[in-house]
Amino acid sequence: METVNQVIKGVPLNHYILLSAIIFSIGVVGVLIRRNAIVIFMSVELMLNAVNLLLTAFSVYHNDASGQVFVFFIMALAAAEVAVGLAIIVMIYRNTNSTDVNVLNKLKW
Amino acid sequence: MSISLFYFIAFLSIFFSLLVIFSKNPVHSVLYLIITFFTFTIHYILLNAQFLAIVNFIVYMGAIMVLFLFVLMLLNLNKESEPAKSNLLKIAGVVAGMCLLVTLVGSMKVLDTSNPVVLQNQNLGLVKNLGKVLFSEFLLPFEVSSILLLSAMVGAVLLAKKEPKLYK
Repeated sequence: METVNQVIKGVPLNHYILLSAIIFSIGVVGVLIRRNAIVIFMSVELMLNAVNLLLTAFSVYHNDASGQVFVFFIMALAAAEVAVGLAIIVMIYRNTNSTDVNVLNKLKW
Repeated sequence: MSISLFYFIAFLSIFFSLLVIFSKNPVHSVLYLIITFFTFTIHYILLNAQFLAIVNFIVYMGAIMVLFLFVLMLLNLNKESEPAKSNLLKIAGVVAGMCLLVTLVGSMKVLDTSNPVVLQNQNLGLVKNLGKVLFSEFLLPFEVSSILLLSAMVGAVLLAKKEPKLYK
């Protein structure tokens, strides 16, 4: 326990924000450049996780347990989201025989 | 153990999350995503958020990733290669992401909070402390989230069920 505390003792909060910002941006880039719906979904998961890490870091920084409880709620929400989203992807695949998001352009302007 | 452990793990997180979005095969993407989530678990342990570390390990790496792998297996995407987006769109996407990153980092510079993260209370992230907060302050959201999970389950079953021929 003591050694674990010594590890984070010197890490500035800035670096946690920087790490989360980088991973969030990687998720955004993944959503923008991929066409496979499942990979897009994984990028969304990356973004959720970046926010989770940042919330935990702020929670430790401010010595407030509410942030970690919020992360727990986000995880429950992510589980529900993944279940529904993957069901939708399976249905899309059944109807169009691919998971390419460009097939679904009927509602495009 | 030194402070460089954090930077090593942070480097691994960024490296594997880059591999997630740039690998051609979706199965490889899922496997890299599992490694990324494992590095996040190590981050939680370093922050002494033990409950979140365990939940991240079990829920994300266990449940959600198995779901992804199962769907990939069911869809059998290996035989068809993903049609690549045009290079112009890819470059535009990367540039847009970099612009977002620059904006975030720039706003962080204005924030000017470079105090080190210090764990003041040893018991902050332990199950006992979090459970007390969860079941006193956040009791109503906790109960509502059970309804959310139930509705998500019903919705997933309804969506994934085979449609009757009537609608075809």
